[in-house]
Amino acid sequence: MSKQLHNRSQHSATARSETGLSRREAIQWTLIAGGGLTLAALSPSSGSAQGTSVMGASKASSAPFAPNAFVRIGEDNVVTVMCKHTEMGQGSYTGLCTIVADELDADWGQVKAEGAPANAALYNNLMWGQAQGTGGSTAIANSFEQLRQAGATARAMLVSAAAQEWKVPANTITVEKGVVWHKPSKRKATFGALASKAAAQPIPTDVKPKDPKQYVYIGKRVTRTDSPAKVNGSAVFTQDLKLPGMLTAVVAHPPRFGAKVKSFDGSKAKAVAGVVAVVSIPSGVAVVARDFWSAKKGRDALTVEWDESKAVKISSSELLAQYKTLAGQPGAVARKEGDAAAALAKAAKKVEAEFVFPYLAHAAMEPLNCVVQLSKDGCEVWNGEQNQTGDQFALASVLGLKPEQVKLNQLFVGGSFGRRANPSSDYVLEAAFIAKALAGTEHGSAPIKMLWTREDDMRGGYYRPMYLHKVSAGLDAQGQLVAWQQRIVGQSIIAGTPFEKMLVKDGVDMTSVEGAADLPYAVANLRVDLHSPRPGVPVQWWRSVGSTHTAFSVETIVDELAHLAGKDAVAFREGLLSKHPRHVAVLKLAAEKAGWGKPLPTLRAGERRGRGVAVHESFGSYVAQVAEVSVAKDGTFTVDRVVCAVDCGLAINPDQVVAQMEGGLGYGLAAALSGKITLKDGLIEQSNFHDYPVLRMADMPKVEVHIVPSTEKPSGVGEPGTPVIAPAVANALFAATGKRIRTLPISTADLAG
Amino acid sequence: MIRLNVNGKQVNVDVSPDTPLLWVLRDALNMTGTKYGCGMSVCGACTVHVNGSPMRACSTPVSAVVGQKITTIEDIDKNAIGKAVQAAWRKHDVVQCGFCQSGQIMAATALLASNKKPSDADIDAAMSGNLCRCATYVRIRAAIKDAATGLK
Ligand code: FES
Ligand code: FES
Repeated sequence: MSKQLHNRSQHSATARSETGLSRREAIQWTLIAGGGLTLAALSPSSGSAQGTSVMGASKASSAPFAPNAFVRIGEDNVVTVMCKHTEMGQGSYTGLCTIVADELDADWGQVKAEGAPANAALYNNLMWGQAQGTGGSTAIANSFEQLRQAGATARAMLVSAAAQEWKVPANTITVEKGVVWHKPSKRKATFGALASKAAAQPIPTDVKPKDPKQYVYIGKRVTRTDSPAKVNGSAVFTQDLKLPGMLTAVVAHPPRFGAKVKSFDGSKAKAVAGVVAVVSIPSGVAVVARDFWSAKKGRDALTVEWDESKAVKISSSELLAQYKTLAGQPGAVARKEGDAAAALAKAAKKVEAEFVFPYLAHAAMEPLNCVVQLSKDGCEVWNGEQNQTGDQFALASVLGLKPEQVKLNQLFVGGSFGRRANPSSDYVLEAAFIAKALAGTEHGSAPIKMLWTREDDMRGGYYRPMYLHKVSAGLDAQGQLVAWQQRIVGQSIIAGTPFEKMLVKDGVDMTSVEGAADLPYAVANLRVDLHSPRPGVPVQWWRSVGSTHTAFSVETIVDELAHLAGKDAVAFREGLLSKHPRHVAVLKLAAEKAGWGKPLPTLRAGERRGRGVAVHESFGSYVAQVAEVSVAKDGTFTVDRVVCAVDCGLAINPDQVVAQMEGGLGYGLAAALSGKITLKDGLIEQSNFHDYPVLRMADMPKVEVHIVPSTEKPSGVGEPGTPVIAPAVANALFAATGKRIRTLPISTADLAG
Repeated sequence: MIRLNVNGKQVNVDVSPDTPLLWVLRDALNMTGTKYGCGMSVCGACTVHVNGSPMRACSTPVSAVVGQKITTIEDIDKNAIGKAVQAAWRKHDVVQCGFCQSGQIMAATALLASNKKPSDADIDAAMSGNLCRCATYVRIRAAIKDAATGLK
């Protein structure tokens, strides 16, 4: 069950097209036998056409030695790794390069990462069938064997080139840190010197990757490939791209989701110095100018009348009332074992709770943006691209092009957390529509850089859905868990898309219930059901998807059950996890390192302290966290320290695993402390970081990360650190105050005492 | 024409005087290391130095900095403290997405210029206006302390 859920949530990240557009027909995804998604419209012939003629050009493509899609070695001795996954902070470039460098026995200093262009035939995510894209913490997991093979093949060809050059048997040649040696005769050569000759070798098909005992980089720390450019300001994000003749566009979006432009007056906007055009597009009115500030002033001068006949006008309070009503009725069944209702009726002790989770914005540091240029041959895009294949097909469809006429160039991404893998390609299409509206004018061939302001980004929708959970669980007289009933109410991320048929089974969107329907705790009577209302607010996956809410309700309820049973929270969990040794291992490791059970010293006089634990698996990785809090009289609190244990299989770069745990839990903590998007009569009440506060330096706890040594296949780390922190903190707050947290973000007023 | 002193050079820009310094740097001077994150002084991504003090370029009209010494991330390695901060950032692999990091480095350099041995509380106070959505705060703190050890 759990496996199936994961497959689905991972694959869902590319799997949606906007309702009502013609590309709905163009993009036909189907679920193949192995659980992967495949893009039926991508025929083998169109795939290979993209591979060479239109899409093949890249900076490293002139390197003489290019034995496969991933490795380029130039005469300058630079090893370029073509990275098929987005670098949005999670360290994918570094991890992908590490795997290649190790198999190649390259010197880390000679290795360079380059973002691969969109080309699903070469660069598909092996966990997403035929589609290229990044999400579901799959970058390393799906690339590991592929890149080992790519690196090992390149190495074998360098070795045979040297053997030929020196007229010695290949098995007398060794490779160390980027130098090819024939030690008996003390001859050596760099990769660069051998590159041309290596290219002439036949490509071997039977190369075996290294014995893991021989790893030189894997499992050790190497520094990030992108650190130097990101500390001196030279890294190029989409916001930074400058092209000859480029214009900047800012869009006036409707204030309510679902509204359309009725009419607009652009005369005042056009009078602003620097503004060159004002055009209507499906998502609003775009002001195009020579630079951002002129475009922004132009937008301020614009008057737009909106047609709100189909607009969303609901308020969060009304939505919550509707969700509460729904929670009183049985929903579509996601999991059913035994008879939970009957077992609850007989239970000796019971816990009943209702949880409320708000909409959340991704709010990456780089607001959404995209650069599009149209020409008579097609369309070229520069973007922090997370959804290559989906965006390529969507662009082709609205522009009347073939997918292979859409060229996507990869840039650094200033954070995404899921947002840039938009199932409707919303922001990418918006940029394309602006370029299209200018077609035939004097600006028809200008590259258009569309920039969203922070306010556009915050109010642009595609939020983590709002959810309500109702959970009842019961213990027998011996304190054994006998019943668990969980009802989840919240929008489906998948519904209303062509994937509904594939990913919504019997009314259950698997991404809404993952983490609950695959409850790891042993219980004979289990029922999880789901209501998926459709209030019309655009929603999307947000770092760790379903686990963002299910981990919270499950882990705080389990904590409460332990308390009710009079048992230690770690021991109680362990007792229910006999079939889940990897959960147990991280749980025990975190508890031991945190000093679980030992008294907590007072940090500040008069403050109550508490320690709490949570454990959760997502995307095949297991994470446990122990949080320590101090709560002041007025209920304000600090999270002082978090001890985190992670099992992600083989840790390619342990330091980056640590970084993702730090960052992942920081991202989850931000949401737990203050993340909340609310609607009032359909208007989004938040707009920028002053009213959507996020984690700051002073809020960040001390973090200690411990990695479980493992030889299992590597799984992801981008998301699994995120969902565990909120329940760990909530359980710590209970330990300190005796009060249970049922609503996120946490209200400090409730903790006064 | 507005005349500015940016990174020790005199430059002329043809922009309206109300244009924020951020957009003058980014669009007119093509110095894109300084980032736009919020436009209202609440994120710190646009932090530059004006006469050595940290300033939010998104909310500073260019007319207000005529005749002042403006320093950006592109030139911070000319400053011994800035150079030490960048080295510490690389050593600790602070960056994730990196989008906030120009601003973080400018803020950290200004902190260390005025306080060679910052305490945790000093770091909290000086750095709390610089948001990092990747939550690299643990490493920012460690890198600042590390950079401080090399300063006299
Ligand atoms: S962009 Fe200036 S503080 Fe955010
Ligand atoms: S590194 Fe991504 S926002 Fe700071």
